[in-house]
Amino acid sequence: MSAAVIELTGLTKTYNIGTPVETEVLHGLDLSLMEGEFAALIGPSGSGKSTLLNIIGLLERPTGGQLSFAGRNTATLPEAEITQLRGRSIGFVFQFHHLLPAFSALENVMMPAIIANGAPSDALEATALQLLDAVGLKAHAHKKPGELSGGQQQRVAIARALALRPRLILADEPTGNLDTRTADDIFALLREFNRDSHCACLIVTHDPRLAARCDRVIRLVDGNIADDLPTA
Amino acid sequence: MKLRLPFAPLVALRFLREGRMQTLLILAGTAGGVAVIVFLTQLITQLQAQIVDRVLGSQAHVVIRPLEETNLRAIDDAAFATLIEPRAQRLRSIDQWENVARLAADMPGITAVSPMATGPAFALRGQASKSVALMGVDTTLYRRIVRMDEYMLAGRFAVEGPRAVIGTELAKDLGIGLEDKLRVMLPNGRDELLQVGGIFDIGNKDLNRRWVFVTLPLAQSLLDLPGGVSSLDLTVADIFEAQAIADRLKGATGLTVDSWMQTNAQLLAALRNQTVSNNLIRSFVVIIVALGIASVLVVSVVQKQKEIGILRAMGASRAMILQVFLIQGSLVGAVGSVIGSLLAFGLLQTFSAIYRNADGTPLFSAQLEPRFIVMAALVATSVGLASALIPARRAARMDPVQAIRS
Ligand SMILES: Nc1ncnc2c1ncn2[C@@H]1O[C@H](COP(=O)(O)OP(=O)(O)OP(=O)(O)O)[C@@H](O)[C@H]1O
Ligand SMILES: [Mg+2]
Repeated sequence: MSAAVIELTGLTKTYNIGTPVETEVLHGLDLSLMEGEFAALIGPSGSGKSTLLNIIGLLERPTGGQLSFAGRNTATLPEAEITQLRGRSIGFVFQFHHLLPAFSALENVMMPAIIANGAPSDALEATALQLLDAVGLKAHAHKKPGELSGGQQQRVAIARALALRPRLILADEPTGNLDTRTADDIFALLREFNRDSHCACLIVTHDPRLAARCDRVIRLVDGNIADDLPTA
Repeated sequence: MKLRLPFAPLVALRFLREGRMQTLLILAGTAGGVAVIVFLTQLITQLQAQIVDRVLGSQAHVVIRPLEETNLRAIDDAAFATLIEPRAQRLRSIDQWENVARLAADMPGITAVSPMATGPAFALRGQASKSVALMGVDTTLYRRIVRMDEYMLAGRFAVEGPRAVIGTELAKDLGIGLEDKLRVMLPNGRDELLQVGGIFDIGNKDLNRRWVFVTLPLAQSLLDLPGGVSSLDLTVADIFEAQAIADRLKGATGLTVDSWMQTNAQLLAALRNQTVSNNLIRSFVVIIVALGIASVLVVSVVQKQKEIGILRAMGASRAMILQVFLIQGSLVGAVGSVIGSLLAFGLLQTFSAIYRNADGTPLFSAQLEPRFIVMAALVATSVGLASALIPARRAARMDPVQAIRS
């Protein structure tokens, strides 16, 4: 393990500031994730896992504390650069895949690159096809998400998350609505790419079996890190 | 080669295609609006041009006359009536009319100048006697004021010696035809035997009954105007510049100068009112179309909330999302204007086949001028763009997390 991809110091998040329902959801977290690390984020419902993931994914800004991405303090970055960093350096996998229903599987996988480059190209299409091949869906490249099974949709979402070879993959319950076998497949895919590309992965899961197969397990309870241990 | 659209148009098109029913509805609304505007504009432009054309078909755009003896007109007292009457009859010539004609001909915007000596006369044939206006003209010059050649029923519009050109109503009243003779008698006692060299129908019974064209020298000698003319008729390049040119001529010559716009002030006011009401209708249609596009896009933004969140999570900037919706608005406007123009063309075809003049010719032509299509396309695209502004800004400002969490 070499450089830290992300580093949190004293990170807090408060919702509804200034209203009677003001709530602090994250209470000063210190955490860092190294290149090539494959970590699980676990914890009871409402403990702040998704919130933390969204903040690390630069979708939300923290209320307090510091978040560094690849050594850069994100608090001082302008919106445009945050957006670009998010697009090029972070890959998301969500529980409900969140594919674009109007686009084919292939186009969905190409989308991050289309956004980054401004327009599609033959080279992008070739790369996207390779990725679909790698997740075993080459034959379904031109189907719309609605024509694919839940597991297939999640494979497309993983291919999409990997499209720009990001330095960080964030997955929020990627296997949450899949049966055990499919969940295992998806998990194995993520693990494989983590080994190949040496990217950092942070995976929220409720499945202790899957968590045990990660390098490290971070447990969040009520907005605090209860424990953060390497697996045996 | 595959067509590779850039991000914003690519996503905009896909969103429009996905919301099929909505897209069809706003396209239909936009096309309908464009059709109404193009059809109305084309129709009113054509009809107004026809009316103006008809009015100007038998009169000069601008007429120069000698200064009126205003003192004679101003006095409206019975006691002076006997004193005034004999003088009011006297015909006056334009002072140095050749110089005035040259000045007018050199003035920019004036395309033709034609001198005329005119005065009242009686046309006699057997027992019949009709009051007419003797018009001494140079037919070559007068052709450029009133397109007499188009109105000729028999003979030619040309005069020489005692040959004259008369209207079809006068010919009927006197019971004469081409090459027949008629006598004209003037209040000053002079008379002349004329021969009919041409018969016209100018589309106005009164003028067909009154106008008798003869050569300028003949009219000058009959009217006691040796070498003089009673008016100068002018044609201008831009008919709606006529009044301005008349004012300029009045300033330069000090003579009485009237434009067709003055003599037809009521008609012009009516045309202007028609234009105003047409503009009102067009504005309302534009507003309704804009509201339609905007409301459908607002709904679409809400429906696409999740997709917008996903795109933002994948690195799409606010500006990119803004573009996606602005393009949707402009596309609807542009495509709507094409369909609308086709509809307008169909409407024009149908209505020009239905509405016909008394003589069976179409009331208006079915043609659609390209400039109206271009105008409609520009207006509709800008309206589409403008109506997409609010929905697009809403989309761009949307919180991606909110969309993804739900
Ligand atoms: N936009 C928001 N406004 C107010 N409170 C919020 C908002 N988003 C999340 N919360 C609250 O923050 C807390 C943490 O939510 P979060 O979704 O991060 O939990 P989680 O650990 O992901 O739960 P789960 O396992 O059920 O997904 C919850 O109490 C939630 O109600
Ligand atoms: Mg969650």
